[in-house]
Amino acid sequence: MSDKSDNQRSWGRRKVVRALGALPLGIILASQLSWAAPATTTGQAVTDDTVTVGILHSLTGTMAISETGAQEAEKLAIKQINESGGILGRQIKIIQEDGASDWPTFAEKSRKLLVNDKVAAVFGCWTSASRKAALPVFEKENGLLYYPTFYEGLEQSKNVIYTGQEATQQILDGLNWVAKEKGAKTFYLIGSDYIWPRTSMKIARKHIENVLGGKVVGEEYKPLGDTQFGSVINKIRLKKPDVIYAAVVGGSNVAWFKQLKAAGITSKKQTLLTISVTEDEVLGIGGENLEGFYSIMKYFQSQDNPNNVAFVKAFKEMWGEDSVIGDVTQAAYLGPWLWKAAVEKAGTFDVDAVVKASEEGDIELTTAPEGYVKLHPNHHLWSKARVGMWKKDGQAEVVYTSELIEPDPFPEGYQ
Amino acid sequence: MSFVYEKLFGDKKGMVGFCILAALILVVFPLFLDSFRLNLVGKYLTYAFAAVSLVLLWGYGGTLSLGQGIFFGIGGYAMAMFLKLEASSPENTAIQSTPGIPDFMDWNQLTELPMFWMPFNSFTFTIIAVLVVPTIFAYIIGAAMFKRRVGGVYFAIITQVISVILTVLIVGQQGLTGGINGITDLRTLNGWDITSDSAKNLFYFINCFLLLGVIIASRFILTSKFGRLLLAMRDKEDRVRFSGYDVANFKIFIFCFAAMISAIGGAMFTLQVGFMSPSFVGIVPSIEMVIFAAIGGRMSLIGAVYGTLLINFGKTAFSESFPELWLFLMGGLFIAVVMFFPNGLAGLWEDYGHHITKRFAFLKRFFAKGKIESTSVDGKLEGAN
Repeated sequence: MSDKSDNQRSWGRRKVVRALGALPLGIILASQLSWAAPATTTGQAVTDDTVTVGILHSLTGTMAISETGAQEAEKLAIKQINESGGILGRQIKIIQEDGASDWPTFAEKSRKLLVNDKVAAVFGCWTSASRKAALPVFEKENGLLYYPTFYEGLEQSKNVIYTGQEATQQILDGLNWVAKEKGAKTFYLIGSDYIWPRTSMKIARKHIENVLGGKVVGEEYKPLGDTQFGSVINKIRLKKPDVIYAAVVGGSNVAWFKQLKAAGITSKKQTLLTISVTEDEVLGIGGENLEGFYSIMKYFQSQDNPNNVAFVKAFKEMWGEDSVIGDVTQAAYLGPWLWKAAVEKAGTFDVDAVVKASEEGDIELTTAPEGYVKLHPNHHLWSKARVGMWKKDGQAEVVYTSELIEPDPFPEGYQ
Repeated sequence: MSFVYEKLFGDKKGMVGFCILAALILVVFPLFLDSFRLNLVGKYLTYAFAAVSLVLLWGYGGTLSLGQGIFFGIGGYAMAMFLKLEASSPENTAIQSTPGIPDFMDWNQLTELPMFWMPFNSFTFTIIAVLVVPTIFAYIIGAAMFKRRVGGVYFAIITQVISVILTVLIVGQQGLTGGINGITDLRTLNGWDITSDSAKNLFYFINCFLLLGVIIASRFILTSKFGRLLLAMRDKEDRVRFSGYDVANFKIFIFCFAAMISAIGGAMFTLQVGFMSPSFVGIVPSIEMVIFAAIGGRMSLIGAVYGTLLINFGKTAFSESFPELWLFLMGGLFIAVVMFFPNGLAGLWEDYGHHITKRFAFLKRFFAKGKIESTSVDGKLEGAN
């Protein structure tokens, strides 16, 4: 364009300074121009020797601390798949986008990955809110999302494979265990105030009252990010429950456990079972603050099996000796492998074919760090529940392992 | 004719700017951007409503509101409630314990639709609610503040606090509002699929026309006597009061008008993006809206639109190219704009715009003579007007 050449004419020094100021503007305009050049090949970003996938987690903002592990595990899995020859003879290329802890951004970036980059699959999302925001995009554009987090269930989309556990897989066995092992009869439920803790507590209450014959002596929700647990702790002291059943998430956990300890409520006198604390959270809370308390998850870093030993070693080699691996990180690691298995079975990257292959109920991973998982036709995984007792060093000792539990995202009688 | 020219477009300068903006968003973007990018621009332009409202309120009125997200959010939520009710027909929600109510209510053990949701079954009511509810809310806040002569920093703080309160309320009452997830999965408007590309393109143009309409209406306000009073109040409030004007009423009016504009943006946002969440109500979006206006130039209605576009293009482009570094680049962009163009993009245009017009002068000759002369515009600085 002629105005461009015109602009380059002998500019004075002052103008150069101005021009420097305009540089960001130029960068943006340039990137707009590159937008205009469309990559309008139909179908997916698959060439003769590569296939492109997306990774969509928060790299910035409040969720970054939780989601980092997940995206690291996904990159590790993809690297390992590439080293072992890729999928259908193709190397996997990654396009990473930042969800920025902002739900609308997840929707925007999902659309970008699917429409612009035409990725064959996306590994991503962490919070339910981000998944709910991105879900309509995946359904509209017929994309494929591997979602790693344990969550509340009540959802089953054709376009999502849930590699974490839905609520019943996590909750019921934990309650059974604590009732049997600890003789627990009375429960105090406490959680952060949003959909996952509320749904989980709803299921827990039904199970406690109808199946275990126990009693819920208190149920309390605190706003996300709240750090004042004094009044709850006082109520707990009054009610003296056999078990504190907790689903406090994120940064609130630090305050919650420290204030419990400060109030003298420790594992010596009180049983506490939480469904929201993994190794990642313990890093922030400090092992000494929840020593002796229990978490129920499907995976703990300390699990002693050959798959897990190899996984932990590879993870630390890639991401540093100090990194810890929590439940969601492991579930995220399963995503690319499950996708590989389904694609190879289908013989194509086509989403409909991959989903169909996934729904036949015979995709299984014998190499999963958590042991063995199998994909159920309802898009969730068969997995085992494990109770871990926290130790001072921030690792858990697995004290109970269940049988393989069938995923049931819409549990009857718990609605 | 001169009324239209002077009052609605603000003379030659305003007219040129307005036409360039209109050409850009109505012709250039739709021609050169694919559907996905166009939808993104449409989303950015919904924020421009709030930025324009801040030019009126802050640039001209001197009253900084750090709570425009409140009104953007109310408008967006009103629209989302209507769309959600339509999406929650008993057939679509047969899997729930109580079919026919929005899914998040079912998760929160509600068994019937709350009273205040009922009217949102009507589209007409929803449109009215989008316009009227934020205006009434703004009137209550405005009357409570301005009648007591609360202004300046205190007003900014109070609006910010209200936006926090509203966020907490929405997040806390998740059975009624969808909580932190917001109201998601909106698909149809009176049976018409709003997720299709054609619908999104149509919304884009509706959005553009509404925005241009809002700019014209705002220009009309600013070029009227009221606009001059607004400036006078900003610079010497007491003198205006001593001249016998009821300052508070003028401020309330402009605050209400700004609220209504923002709410239109919010409603358009919901339509184009397909959901609404409390993350558009709180402090961060409210301050972002102020940044849009500041970057654009807080005295320029049209600059506010460019400011919004620049920041959001930057956000998207940087975060796509450098997912781990983009926040730093955004920071750099803010610093650069504030350092080099303290009056925002509009200030830049004011100072250097005529050079650009001059550089394009050869085009005139081109059309006149039919060939390009080797122009040698040396670009010497002339005294800015």
